Amino acid sequence: MWSKRLALTLTAVTLTAACGGGSATTSSPGGFTPPKLSALKALGAGEGQVNLVAWAGYAEDGTNDKTVDWVHPFEKATGCKVNTKIAGTSDEMVTLMKTGQYDAVSASGDATLRLIAGGTVAPVNTALVPNYADIFPGLKLQPWNSVNGVAYGIPHGRGANLLMWRTDKVTTAPDSWGAVFDANSPYKGKVTAYDSPIYIADAALYLMSAQPALGIKNPYALDRKQFDASVALLKTQNKNIGEYWSDYTKEVQSFKSGNSVIGTTWQVIANLAQGEKAPVQVVLPKEGATGWSDTWMVAAKAQHPTCAYKWLDWIVSPKVNAQVAEWFGEAPANAKACQETADKNFCTTFHATDETYFSKVRYWTTPIAQCLDGRKDVKCVDYSEWTKAWTAIKG
Amino acid sequence: MTVVTSPPAPGFRRRVAALLHRRPRLRLALLLSAPLAWLLIAYLGALAAMLLTAFWSTDTFTGNIVKQFTLQNFKDVFGDPVYRTIALRSLGVAALVTVVDAVLAYPMAFFMAKVARPRSRPFLVIAILTPLWAAYLVKAYAWRVMLADGGLVNWALKPFGLSGPGYGLPATVVVLAYLWLPYMILPLYAGLERMPDSLLDASGDLGGRTGRTFRSVVLPMTFPSLVAGSIFTFSLSLGDYITVKIVGGKSQLIGNVVYDNIGAANNLPFAAAVATLPVMVMLIYIAAVRRTGALEEL
Repeated sequence: MWSKRLALTLTAVTLTAACGGGSATTSSPGGFTPPKLSALKALGAGEGQVNLVAWAGYAEDGTNDKTVDWVHPFEKATGCKVNTKIAGTSDEMVTLMKTGQYDAVSASGDATLRLIAGGTVAPVNTALVPNYADIFPGLKLQPWNSVNGVAYGIPHGRGANLLMWRTDKVTTAPDSWGAVFDANSPYKGKVTAYDSPIYIADAALYLMSAQPALGIKNPYALDRKQFDASVALLKTQNKNIGEYWSDYTKEVQSFKSGNSVIGTTWQVIANLAQGEKAPVQVVLPKEGATGWSDTWMVAAKAQHPTCAYKWLDWIVSPKVNAQVAEWFGEAPANAKACQETADKNFCTTFHATDETYFSKVRYWTTPIAQCLDGRKDVKCVDYSEWTKAWTAIKG
Repeated sequence: MTVVTSPPAPGFRRRVAALLHRRPRLRLALLLSAPLAWLLIAYLGALAAMLLTAFWSTDTFTGNIVKQFTLQNFKDVFGDPVYRTIALRSLGVAALVTVVDAVLAYPMAFFMAKVARPRSRPFLVIAILTPLWAAYLVKAYAWRVMLADGGLVNWALKPFGLSGPGYGLPATVVVLAYLWLPYMILPLYAGLERMPDSLLDASGDLGGRTGRTFRSVVLPMTFPSLVAGSIFTFSLSLGDYITVKIVGGKSQLIGNVVYDNIGAANNLPFAAAVATLPVMVMLIYIAAVRRTGALEEL
């Protein structure tokens, strides 16, 4: 863990230097020098509104489903009107936050450090967020949401990308990602994979154990040789792919109709498919998995800081955190949320309290030229290269 | 008799009116300046901005655009075989969709223009237009369900020992041909309606059978309409990325590459470079069409 944290730290240093980020005063042994920004000292009077950048499903106001609404109760309770801007990618979130028009953002691990290093977000005074006390300790002050023990955000929830299969078509239950990367797969044309360049990390994760000679330590830090091996593996896999998915309704329907019988998935998709009587099972394979861990952060130049803090506290309050987690299908961040879920087994299903489960999960991180695993002697392949390779993989 | 006394005209308005009356060119310039400004700034300006962007690059960490001239994007697009494959695949799909639509549209348009009673023609036109009122996504997803393993298409073909195309390029062609069919039927219908019936009779009197009449009379007469329809179906298919995402299985077309580079990679300059491909193809296509003289007859 320490080496990973150190690596991230070192990366961030170079990055900060590279973008010439503000005056650095908080120097530390690791050398991370985020721009000097201080957290809010005390809450003032509500400013009447708050502007959010969020993932779809994180700020529901009842327009998608009348029963799914935690925005209107917030507005009623605090007097802060919520304006939500939905972002589709981490890149979009970073770009939107840089405009300075937004107060808070639900950033994934592949956006948080960029926001911190660029001085776009400020540290968070956790004392002003009473519900922070109930957040799972395993999520607090992690490398992707803090710097030198200073919190930069409030953990929201996390989940893992799992392996799903149809029990009637795949007779022996798989326990390894090898099932989707096997060149001679018996399920040719029925294999599915996530349609995003970040999926290259899934191949790299599999190669960590399948080809230890490559020496992959972190699936998001691949040098040229490791990257080419991962891409080659995915090109082999492409011959067996029926379709790639990026939209969850599409995958549910694919598994239900039998067009896909095995492939990567999210827990929420498995639940929906089982709800529609599709005979599917999921497993966290023995190699571990990729996943996400999201954090609510406050903009350094927030015009509505009090309302932003009130939102942070609201979204991780036990009841609301339970609602969001159930709607999106991820493990909640608040320990008390587990008693508030409509489905009493929800936290068990999503492994909310299971730290050994999440220790196998590699959270999404943006690959950059400076290797995230701390290697100095090689250059790693950055995300724009990943995107181009992804196009080539699909052919 | 009543004497009409016009109210004292406001001097300025009258002078302006007189000026405009004397100078027709000024009148024309004032009339056209607003739409022309729209065409130049919003329409061609956007195209120019796209072309310009294609010569820039993106800072991979901050995601900001680096405004420095580089040909790297074009080198990547034209040098990497994968983009050539995708461009050729997109061309093939667009051409096939156009052919399928033309083959389907001719008999339908002919029936509407020549066989059906004139009173029922407006209703037939409405029937052709109705599918356009349904949302694009709804139709594409409906096809996805129909083409699924246990879906309607497979069920209907089963008694004959056949199975549907599944998800892939054939499914993409089928769905795109379905989506753009009205854009082919309507110009053909207009062209056929303008064609005098007497020509068909003359061909028949001279011993021309159906095939000969179609080749020697109908096709040459309606060629401009066919070209107009093909410009619609061809360009709409060339730019499509949603249908192929829904029913195309693992295939990707030019539109998907553009979308992935904007949506996932935030690499606007590269996306712009890729987007010049269909623009170029369409320019070549229209130039070729112009040589046939079809554009002048439209």
